[in-house]
Amino acid sequence: MAKLVYDSRDQVEVYRFSWPVTFLLPATALILQAFLPVRARTLNIVDLPLLVTIFFAVSRRNPISGLATGAVLGLAQDALTHLPLGVCGIAKTLIGYIASSLGARIDVENPGSRFLMTFAFYLVHNAIYIFILRGLANQPLGFHWAHEMIAALVNGLLAVIVFAALDPLKLRE
Amino acid sequence: MEPFFHRYKNVLALGAVLFAQFLVLAAQIKKPAETGTPLLRIWALEIVLPVERGIVHTQEWVHDSWNNYFYLRNVRRENESLRQQLEQTRLQQVRLQEDANQARRIQILLGFKEQFIHKTIAAQVIGTSGSERSQIIYIDKGSNDGIKPDMAVITPEGVVGKVLSVYPSSAQVLEITDPTSGVGAVLTSSRLHGILKGTVGGTESTLNNVMMDEKVNVGDELITSGGDRIFPKGLPIGKVSRVAPGKDLFLDIRVRPSAPLDQVEEVLVITDTELQAPDPKDLGPIRAIDILAQRLPGLPPKPPEGAPNAQGTPAQGAAAPNTGAATPGNTSAPAAGSAVVKPSTTATPASGGAAVTKPNPTPGSTGAGASTAKPTTTAAKPSGTTTTNKPAVLPAATGTAQNATGAQTPARKVSPPGAGTAQGTQPSATQPKPPVKQPSAPAQTAPAPKPQTAPKPATTEAAPPQGQ
Repeated sequence: MAKLVYDSRDQVEVYRFSWPVTFLLPATALILQAFLPVRARTLNIVDLPLLVTIFFAVSRRNPISGLATGAVLGLAQDALTHLPLGVCGIAKTLIGYIASSLGARIDVENPGSRFLMTFAFYLVHNAIYIFILRGLANQPLGFHWAHEMIAALVNGLLAVIVFAALDPLKLRE
Repeated sequence: MEPFFHRYKNVLALGAVLFAQFLVLAAQIKKPAETGTPLLRIWALEIVLPVERGIVHTQEWVHDSWNNYFYLRNVRRENESLRQQLEQTRLQQVRLQEDANQARRIQILLGFKEQFIHKTIAAQVIGTSGSERSQIIYIDKGSNDGIKPDMAVITPEGVVGKVLSVYPSSAQVLEITDPTSGVGAVLTSSRLHGILKGTVGGTESTLNNVMMDEKVNVGDELITSGGDRIFPKGLPIGKVSRVAPGKDLFLDIRVRPSAPLDQVEEVLVITDTELQAPDPKDLGPIRAIDILAQRLPGLPPKPPEGAPNAQGTPAQGAAAPNTGAATPGNTSAPAAGSAVVKPSTTATPASGGAAVTKPNPTPGSTGAGASTAKPTTTAAKPSGTTTTNKPAVLPAATGTAQNATGAQTPARKVSPPGAGTAQGTQPSATQPKPPVKQPSAPAQTAPAPKPQTAPKPATTEAAPPQGQ
């Protein structure tokens, strides 16, 4: 049975990505995120940039690159909305940092752990997002637990598929 | 010192990035108007929107090519079905045209002005914000096409939203389901006004500011009130989907938008509206009664102001039959058989006619023509009595005339609203039989049709009747 937690004797594998993947994958995620809801608005419960942030962070296992990826993707996502810049940026920066820190400690190759990790990160991300938007930006915003849980579930399941599809793009260091 | 930075470089980097973003956030919240469109936003849109535009247009081209040149299997059946629909629609149109004409006549009578949609631009939706918390769509038309902020965006089904930000070749549209949006709305059944705001999740909106003691039913339709100065009045917004008691004595009314906001692909941007009164020329075909009214004897033309006889000429004193009648093409408002009467004027009853209009009119005006249209209008009564008469702001052009003529000519048939008859002329000789018979009233108490507005009573001195 695969171990979910590393101890000091295990070798943690660190991956890197080629330059085209580093730029094109986040850009594709952003474009799809903005385009897919045109045909079906319900698809905006999927947060593809968040999945990409988590995937890069747990693969590289480098907190600085993780937070940088999160910041760039979050700010780009903010730019597409009418909300102040930085709301999603701050949330994704924190998620990128935590995911990369966590990636060094737990097995992120296991589908079960990927599902649980994404499920939890989605909820944390939205909690930060809503806190900033309501507390700092004073925007009218609600929080429905049932809706958030369903969205987290959908994103967790999607993460299992997307991460498996993206695994071949990883390069061993 | 170096080991400290090296040891805590991750945390320090996190702190620095977060601090920078908090600064950016604070700057936008403190001075939202002055900051304008951030450069980062423009860059992101410059990257994302061209790709999306390319995808949408390619998709459209493939779809059109397939549907127009290859996939024509069901066209014959669809054509037959559409033909049948067209027949039914034509029948409906006849009835609706009558209603519309009637409404316009009433609008003219009331001096009503409304915003007409003068010019629109069709645009295609090429993207969204991609966030549940920002109900934004992007369209492929921008400032180069004449789009400006705060323009209304609609579909044939209903209101979509308003233009929020404009870029050279694209524009950002805030949908009505966004929590930060607001639309002035009216319930069509009860004419209750409220403010429509979006909700979290963006599938529904809420109608605010409706008191709990008002009656609102599920299924009631909402239209724009025009009070927000963005959306012209009368555009469909949606239907009430749920009504429940809310907070602070207000109802919690949920509204489902008429426009398919979750799948909207093409929209119309209203780039120009015009405030104007309905044109009487558009009132439809000329009726026999209008032609008859034109043939009635007219009065001499109005003398110039300051003429020796300016103290009220016959022509001024009363509306001539041919001017008072609802003559298509007669653009003098209020048309449709009414003459405007100023408040507290001395009225001259005409022979069997109605009334009256200018200060100090001279007797002898044999004019006819129904008078009134303004709420303060007073119809004269014959016999030189001073009366306080409640005027009628008419749904029909006949109301006041009946007031005035009623004293002399007892009960007669009254045209339906909007008939625009040439009242005040010899009824037996000139007035054709109106199509709808209404209960007649005694001479002294012949009431005007129910006033639509609350009129101010005005005292009117009536000169002795002339020319009887």
